Amino acid sequence: MRASIGVLAGLLLIALFSASSAARDTWPTPPATAVPPPQISGPLQGGTADHTKFDQLKGPFSSGPEVTVACLGCHTEAGDHFMRNIHWTWSYTNEETGQQLGKRYLINNFCTNSRGNEGMCAQCHAGYGWKDENFDFTDETNIDCLVCHETTGTYYKTPNSAGNAACSVMFEGKPPIDLAAVAQSVTLPQRANCGACHFNGGGGDNVKHGDLSSALKSPPRTLDVHMGVDGLNFACTACHITNRHVWAGSRYQVVSKDTEGTGKPGQRTDVATCESCHGLSPHPVDSLAGFKLNDHVQSIACQTCHIPEIARGGVATVVDWDWRTAGKTKDGEGYHEEGYIQGNGNHRYTYKSIKGNFTFDENFPPSYGWFDGQMLYTTIDTKFDPQAESIEINGFTGSREDPKSRIWPFKRMHTWQPYDKGNGTLVYTHLWGEDDAAYWGNYDMGKSIAKGMADFGLPYSGEFGFIQTISWWPITHMVAPKEQALGCGDCHAPTGSRLASVEGVYMPGRDHNRWLDIIGTLLVAGTLGGILIHGLVRFFSPSHGSKGEQH
Amino acid sequence: MATRRVKIFSLFERFWHWSQMLLIVTLLITGFGLHGFHDVFTFEEAVTLHTSAAFALLLLWIFSIFWLFTTRTWRHFIPSASGMWGVLRFYSYGIFKGERHPYRKAYWRKHNPLQALAYLMLKIVLFPAIWITGLAYLFYFAWRDVPHATQWLNGVAVVHTAAAFMILAFVLIHVYMLTIGHSFREHLMPMINGFDEVDLSPEEEAYLSKDQPGDIR
Repeated sequence: MRASIGVLAGLLLIALFSASSAARDTWPTPPATAVPPPQISGPLQGGTADHTKFDQLKGPFSSGPEVTVACLGCHTEAGDHFMRNIHWTWSYTNEETGQQLGKRYLINNFCTNSRGNEGMCAQCHAGYGWKDENFDFTDETNIDCLVCHETTGTYYKTPNSAGNAACSVMFEGKPPIDLAAVAQSVTLPQRANCGACHFNGGGGDNVKHGDLSSALKSPPRTLDVHMGVDGLNFACTACHITNRHVWAGSRYQVVSKDTEGTGKPGQRTDVATCESCHGLSPHPVDSLAGFKLNDHVQSIACQTCHIPEIARGGVATVVDWDWRTAGKTKDGEGYHEEGYIQGNGNHRYTYKSIKGNFTFDENFPPSYGWFDGQMLYTTIDTKFDPQAESIEINGFTGSREDPKSRIWPFKRMHTWQPYDKGNGTLVYTHLWGEDDAAYWGNYDMGKSIAKGMADFGLPYSGEFGFIQTISWWPITHMVAPKEQALGCGDCHAPTGSRLASVEGVYMPGRDHNRWLDIIGTLLVAGTLGGILIHGLVRFFSPSHGSKGEQH
Repeated sequence: MATRRVKIFSLFERFWHWSQMLLIVTLLITGFGLHGFHDVFTFEEAVTLHTSAAFALLLLWIFSIFWLFTTRTWRHFIPSASGMWGVLRFYSYGIFKGERHPYRKAYWRKHNPLQALAYLMLKIVLFPAIWITGLAYLFYFAWRDVPHATQWLNGVAVVHTAAAFMILAFVLIHVYMLTIGHSFREHLMPMINGFDEVDLSPEEEAYLSKDQPGDIR
């Protein structure tokens, strides 16, 4: 009897403990259900059409464009809408700076340029068959509807041109795609659709962004408070609101400080800012700290405190890339080396003959700086001093004095990459191709640059070198639960402040007037010293124990 | 002229003194913590304590100013040069010779001239300096967009911190003064029970004995 009471009490205790810990783990969101609910803004809820019942989608289809024709048969305006967006054009003109941007033209400090390498890079173009300048951007049947809308997970894309045999081997032996099944599975995009490209920017999982990795396909709430399957389970489009196939949220022109907030119900669906949902006073004002935090919204981007680290969730990001070591071969063949085991246990390549050396990092604090949302790109047309120690691929502007600027977190990417030493410009490298100039397969950088530039009528001095380049990636995803947000002391500290390098502000706790501290300390020490001397003199004076009485 | 034990610190004045003492000590400890001199509290705790104590102190000061003017006790703090030299000479010389403190408390003059001047300076220079800059500091985000706000904030911080150093020095001297003359305890008791030895004129003595018998022993 006694034993059974003990067991019962023990069980009760365990039950109590597990109940409280479960409550803590999911707080403040509701407990997870066994089957995660559909992604918010993911599968269409309450739709009136079932795509599996459409005769037009019964197939069989022999190619992607055939499916597109079927889609456009009903969605009559989709083609026109889609061809205006950046997923199709890969082109963006910055109205403020007049710079021609977009993947189609830009140089980055990862695989450097898609221009001339579309045969490979345009796998992530939301279209079919872009392999060179002859691609028809006006033919709406070239749109790839499936890559964004299919849900079977069996759809994939391969390079649009063969490439060198050394590379094309990677894409062989894939199972055929049942296009009819894929076409019937369509719904609104989910994280895995967007992630197919956006998680793999820069040539691999989380290589480029640092805050967009495959870990977000099915993340726990602790990794991303919005996308967590045991939390809100947002699809990307829950924030990247879409209207006529144009998405809110642009990295080319960032809204660094949203001063409008939520707007009225049904309004304000044109931005992907935190404020567009959370408003302009996002912290509950149940404490003095809450008031102060709401004040900080004026100077600090939400992301700065709420994304404490980059590349969380077990997938590392590349922080350093060295093209100088590319091109080494073993017995005339390219090779790669694994040298980094990331948080989820997967090995990452730290050397590839086709790309050089990589340095990975994960769970590391971002860099911080005043940012007004404006990036200034070093494009193929930008001239710089060829002797420069380093150049910024996308320098950003902003300062304390500028009312649009706030302190933002960035991933800093450092690369040694090829440039035109004679002219002082970056270069297009011809990486992908079947010819003998393609770097991937032939490993001759000089030849690759000469062709990469000549193909677009660009001047090349004939002499290349390697220059250090920096690119800055504003960090905005992988928002941690609020319990993990930075505390006041992470920045307001005399040493080890997160914002140690941020200028133009006086921050209590971080900043001091050195002279004031010295004089003040001397004043207090002098007072104590004076008291000590006065006391000692009194103590040893002949009439010790003065009867001074009142004072 | 008689020396009697008279209630010179009313209940409110004693409450004012001791709550002000607690709040100022809290403000000094948390303030120098915020400044980065120690880590007894986290920054958030220190800000919360510091701000709460500051608001409480401002409220206390509003009441005390009201008190001073309605009870006419502000007159105790009017500076006077008369007798100042004697007091200064006593602290720097006479005290070592075993002389008697030259000042006698009067019913309408409970502070010696040096004390009155010191408290007056505290009230009209140091305290305003710290609370004006403190409020400016606290509400920085309300004026962050005026031109050169950062430089202004820097100035505000310097004045605020400098005033804090001086108040700390004042506190140290203030406490040390209690050891001069009578025992520490005898100096302390008036601020606890309100009564101290005061020289009374016959009229004052007669008045107190008849009309306020509770205030005279």
